[in-house]
Amino acid sequence: MLRILVDALRTGVVTIRYPAAPSDPPERFRGAPVLSPGSQLPPPDVCPAGALSERIDTSGRHVALDLARCIFCGRCAEAPWTGAITMGRDFELAARHRADLRLEVIADDATGRAPEAMVPTLDPDAEAAQAAAQIHRVLGRSLHLRHLDAGSCNACDWELSTLLNPVYDVRRLGIDFVASPRHADGVVVTGPVTRNLETAVRRTIEAVPEPRIVIALGACAASGGIVGESYASAGGVDRVLPVDVYIPGCPPRPEAILFGILVAVGRLEARR
Amino acid sequence: MRCCGALRRSSLAERALVEALLASVGGAGEVEPGPRAADLTLRLGNPSDLLAAAAVLLSKHAMAFATVVATDETATPSGDMKVRYVFEPAAPGAGVAAIPADRFVTLLVGVDPACPEVPSLAMAIPAANWHEREMQDLFGIVPVGHPDPRPLVVHDGWPPGVFPLRKSFDASQRLPVLAADEFPHLVAEGEGVFEIPVGPIHAGIIEPGHFRFTSVGESVLHLDARLFYTHRGLEKRMEGLSPLDAFYVAERICGVCSVAHGLGYCEALEQIAGVAVPPRARLLRSIALELERLYNHIGDIGNVCAGAAFHYGTATGLRLRERLQQLNERLAGHRFLRGLVIPGGTRLDLTNDLLGVLAATLDETRAGLATLMARIEANSSIVDRLDDTGMLPYQAALDLAIAGVAARASGVDRDARRDHPHGALADPGAPRFEVVTDPGADVMARVSVRAREADVSIRLVGELVRRLEAGPLQVALADPLPGGRIGISAIESPRGEALHWLRLDERGRVDRYHLRSPSYQNWPAVALAAETAIVPDFPLVNKSFELCYSCTDR
Repeated sequence: MLRILVDALRTGVVTIRYPAAPSDPPERFRGAPVLSPGSQLPPPDVCPAGALSERIDTSGRHVALDLARCIFCGRCAEAPWTGAITMGRDFELAARHRADLRLEVIADDATGRAPEAMVPTLDPDAEAAQAAAQIHRVLGRSLHLRHLDAGSCNACDWELSTLLNPVYDVRRLGIDFVASPRHADGVVVTGPVTRNLETAVRRTIEAVPEPRIVIALGACAASGGIVGESYASAGGVDRVLPVDVYIPGCPPRPEAILFGILVAVGRLEARR
Repeated sequence: MRCCGALRRSSLAERALVEALLASVGGAGEVEPGPRAADLTLRLGNPSDLLAAAAVLLSKHAMAFATVVATDETATPSGDMKVRYVFEPAAPGAGVAAIPADRFVTLLVGVDPACPEVPSLAMAIPAANWHEREMQDLFGIVPVGHPDPRPLVVHDGWPPGVFPLRKSFDASQRLPVLAADEFPHLVAEGEGVFEIPVGPIHAGIIEPGHFRFTSVGESVLHLDARLFYTHRGLEKRMEGLSPLDAFYVAERICGVCSVAHGLGYCEALEQIAGVAVPPRARLLRSIALELERLYNHIGDIGNVCAGAAFHYGTATGLRLRERLQQLNERLAGHRFLRGLVIPGGTRLDLTNDLLGVLAATLDETRAGLATLMARIEANSSIVDRLDDTGMLPYQAALDLAIAGVAARASGVDRDARRDHPHGALADPGAPRFEVVTDPGADVMARVSVRAREADVSIRLVGELVRRLEAGPLQVALADPLPGGRIGISAIESPRGEALHWLRLDERGRVDRYHLRSPSYQNWPAVALAAETAIVPDFPLVNKSFELCYSCTDR
């Protein structure tokens, strides 16, 4: 026992300060792709997850990237498209609306104008913000969440559980994970909602008392990701029940998950 | 009866095997080499000879069951479906002296689509149980005589007579959920016997599965595990994709086995392409595989401590794991090392700076792990919980053909890094390493095998780094790649041997991909080991195996 105390003292405090202090991801980290307007943007079939799309109108070829579907593999930023798309370092990507995760630029246009769709056309966060405000009012800064695996590859699950390790120690922010949905203020869903789990997913989310928040964690939960829609998968949590916050990533790094949870309770501003 | 030229030149033992195989089917079959040069495939003339041929492999030639791969070839000239039963050399010491060679023997059976039936092997080979049920669910090929033909992969409300892995099935369709009776769980009955249903949604941050315990007091009488809740149809998803697109799916079958499954897919593909990956890339791949093993093993030791309420151990294990995952992010830009391996080689290089960080982190990890293990072993209240809990006897481990840490902790000497060398370990002059075994067969043995293996991995990474020489990272793959050829690879993932089977179609796109993960093979062993435990120890038993649901369910 004494040895354990000595070990603990020797180890010291390992907990990071995020979000009070910024987190700087390492050099090779692949964050949100940045699309350069007016460049030779790649055709959609380059993306193995189907996150790229294009449409052609009078103003030219519009290329859009759906961050909710992106698996951050970096393939669209490799030769011969280097420069047209670069992998950015931004990981704080959580958004309240799927539409906010769509990045669109006009390709092959020397003037490099941003299309009109780039101008945010947001409605003032109807129900989602209301639920968040209500939870914030009732519970102050404390938040109890329930994890719900809807068919994930376990990477998002592991990263969520990482928040409980001494390095991220999410409890310092008044956030904890509980065993029963009936004890929870919200659920964090991972995975694309498989056919074999659809009933369980519905029943678990509905067992959380209202007002509740639903967070879709990772590409599969946010959009179906690389799994997509099939005989075995519904393709995204919002196909089954409404989602309040989407956290892109495959999987998102722990700080990105933390950011998304804090957005969900209105303690941080979402991506616009 | 026919033998091709290549076999005529082969050794005496080889000819004995070929002759024994042909004799077992009464001459009604053909033996040919393949998929790889060292492998053999026996095409059976009569499916009814399957049991006899399998018996020859198991009893006389020290082979063990590896996997079953079904394919729908109704659109090809053969017009039938095929089932391939793949065998590999058994662990040394399992009965007859094992054939040490890295080789697979395939028994190939044609199935008439009008009457899709094959004899079941499950009674003779318990390890084939789930494979046959899966084939029945996804292809509609009925294993006649199977002792437990309940549905496995498709769950309640799946329309009868619909088989999603047949080529005629359109993968994009979403079928209605039909009204269904409750699933018939296998339970024990009697006075004072209780049923405890657990899951599929569990209380912690873990993957979904349903466990139906029947218990008397605290003792588990029987455990019926129902999985495949996370079945995402990934094998079907990959069909028709370009080999490169399909790679990104393979890399995402499982989070904590990302490197292993990505690499297994690549090695199968590179076999089809007939290319040799450059030496530096092979070394980097093997380093990545060991780094994946390390963060898994060390995190798993921490999680076993959680099962025994030893919080210092949990916090220490998770802190060490976190350091390793942060290292991964520095090396590959990804905490699970996704994006390092790519078909043809590696996407990224490890610079000298990064190799310095790697060496320093591993030194710290080794010291941290040694301290953690010393604290566990010195704490009698923890050791009491781990000792003699969740026993999996040696013979059961062999019968179920289980893999990885769980097998080695029951005294079974198998490790795909040695038995089916891959990555840089297939090179002449590759570093030698110890295959750690422990006859203990309990939770403690599984913990200590992990700790010793982590140590071996750290040393192995050092050896691999020392062999790095400047050179290219990738070799180009032809486009399109030839159809019809089969690629088969075996990778020692953190949980044991994963088998990948891949074939492309004539357009060079994925025709069929199948993964047999070690978790798939090991799940039935968890149920068996749980039956020696009390209900409150189940989390401990479960965590000592630490299997993935996503690898199993796909």
